Amino acid sequence: MLNAVVKPVAPNMYRYDEFDAQFVSERVNQFAGQVARRLTGELTEDQFKPLRLMNGLYLQLHAYMLRIAVPYGTLSSKQMRKLAHIARTYDKDFGHFTTRTNLQFNWIKLVDVPQILRELADVEMHCIQTSGNCVRNITADQFAGATDEEIEDPRPLAEIIRQWSSLHPEFTFLARKFKIAVGACEQDRAAMQYHDMAVQVVKNAQGRIGYKVMAGGGMGRTPYIAHVMREFVEREDILAYLEAVLRVYNQDSRRDNIHKQRIKILINTIGPEEMRRRVAREFEELKRMGTLQLPQEELDRITAYFAPPQFETGLPDTIPEAGPDFANWAKTNVHKHRAPGYAIATITLKTPGQVPGDASADQMDVIADLMDQFSVGEVRVTHEQNLVLPHVRKKDLPAIYARLKELDFASPNAGLITDIIACPGLDYCDLANARSIPIAQKIARRFEDLDRQHDIGELKIKISGCINACGHHHAGHIGILGVDKKGVEFYQLQLGGSGAEDASIGEIMGPGFTEREIADAVERVVNVYLKRRQPGERFLDTYRRLGMAPFKDAAYEKEAA
Amino acid sequence: MLTANRLRDGDVLYRKGDGWVLMLADGDVYADQASADAALAAATAELVRNEFVAPYLFEVREVNGKIKPVKEREIIRAAGPTVHPHTGKQAGQINA
Repeated sequence: MLNAVVKPVAPNMYRYDEFDAQFVSERVNQFAGQVARRLTGELTEDQFKPLRLMNGLYLQLHAYMLRIAVPYGTLSSKQMRKLAHIARTYDKDFGHFTTRTNLQFNWIKLVDVPQILRELADVEMHCIQTSGNCVRNITADQFAGATDEEIEDPRPLAEIIRQWSSLHPEFTFLARKFKIAVGACEQDRAAMQYHDMAVQVVKNAQGRIGYKVMAGGGMGRTPYIAHVMREFVEREDILAYLEAVLRVYNQDSRRDNIHKQRIKILINTIGPEEMRRRVAREFEELKRMGTLQLPQEELDRITAYFAPPQFETGLPDTIPEAGPDFANWAKTNVHKHRAPGYAIATITLKTPGQVPGDASADQMDVIADLMDQFSVGEVRVTHEQNLVLPHVRKKDLPAIYARLKELDFASPNAGLITDIIACPGLDYCDLANARSIPIAQKIARRFEDLDRQHDIGELKIKISGCINACGHHHAGHIGILGVDKKGVEFYQLQLGGSGAEDASIGEIMGPGFTEREIADAVERVVNVYLKRRQPGERFLDTYRRLGMAPFKDAAYEKEAA
Repeated sequence: MLTANRLRDGDVLYRKGDGWVLMLADGDVYADQASADAALAAATAELVRNEFVAPYLFEVREVNGKIKPVKEREIIRAAGPTVHPHTGKQAGQINA
């Protein structure tokens, strides 16, 4: 399956400097020592557990799970090939892309972890802060730097936030984990309003670029949409402002109840006005001290790493004809690019029947080849568990599609009903109450017919195997939550959620369905939409117009759908 | 029954006598709560050996002459992921 020779291309992305390389190398050596001390018994499990978690190593249902950070979802082909190598050498030949745009391996042996971390460090990757009560991997719009919808590429800011928050001494032991997303356009592809904190690049009335900061969003047991903390923060003040938000959270959040320790609880307890007041007070103090300004030259230095590729000029700016299957794929999986003759191509890891987000070692290697041949050596991981080739020539799209078909990754379903987010669920996760993946597979197969999918249009199904909501069920147009009833899996439906710019929290329908019933219930809900939609309405629009009642009646078969 | 994870590779273990086995079918089934609690207490005392972690008890029942966990979680843990039948103990993948 592998290409004989594909010359790796080095994309424009952040590269470690001497300090970064030394820091990661020292951290690997430190953890290797901790693993050795654990194996000899010098460290107890209670002592070792927080150390392994700070390095992304969990003990799950079947084995250890290693979560590898993919900062703002950006991967080079060299990194992708390394992930394939690790899957092949140390795991069971596949990995799983997550809703935090990370990659998880599910069958890792503790004794292998030091060597795996060394190999990751060789390609400038690590697992630091992919777990624990700290600032987690920063996520971003997967079309960053490629879409014409954005004010500017938000990834330099994401990288600056990553550096600022890595091993930040004040924020390494927060009350709970803290997730940050960045974006730079009105279209929200990063579920920003569901984050502990989100930063959006904006322009003020004078046309100056700065940042809008939101905080207090979140999923889990108590879902909230984020509040705007400040509409416009000057560029040089952004780190001081973010530090002010985190400081207030760190100082004022509860630590006595694990269910009330996220920033969303603090903000919604004291109220957004009071939170803004407290943050403003800290911000003014930080500004007065003047120690946390972001100098323009540093912003320019980081931005230079993300310089746009040298786009060819004079390319044909039309998508070639290559048959009806290709046309269907182009309709859903190809997005407008900022440069004439170029496009953004989404690879959905969601062919009906597949495990959402899974990729085998061979598939990773071929995708790395595609990255080098067609997309300047770069791919983006999305929070919807897909991959994106950000810079492809339109004339190359048929060739890319043909290769994806060979991989079984050419499903024309981006944003459609079979493009389902699903957490690992009870098939892997120690916290889960129910399986997510088989439900996603069953629903995807139910709606496999392409004409039907395209007729239904945009419909986002998101499935979580427990209330922690890693599968983002609160933000699903149709959300599904797995619950445990006396050891048996049940599934609750939620309708009307959205993680996009029109963010909303799904409403719980009622009692759960069995594993056998849930796909039928979803189909009856979808049929209500098809029957009662008005021209141009998405499922979400029809739900918002009609409310829960007709969908609920149909789901529980109180009337024929 | 009593289960744990092996420290060095995380593999799922089941208690048999004073030791551990890798397959649920080979593990001991405790007839009453007192004997189960005694087995857990013994295993907990052995944690200092640093060979296994996180021991706990779970319920099983007999189905068609075979021992089967009551909860779905333990059924999956004993076999492997239902979505990847080529992995885990169900596929005979047992670490040495």
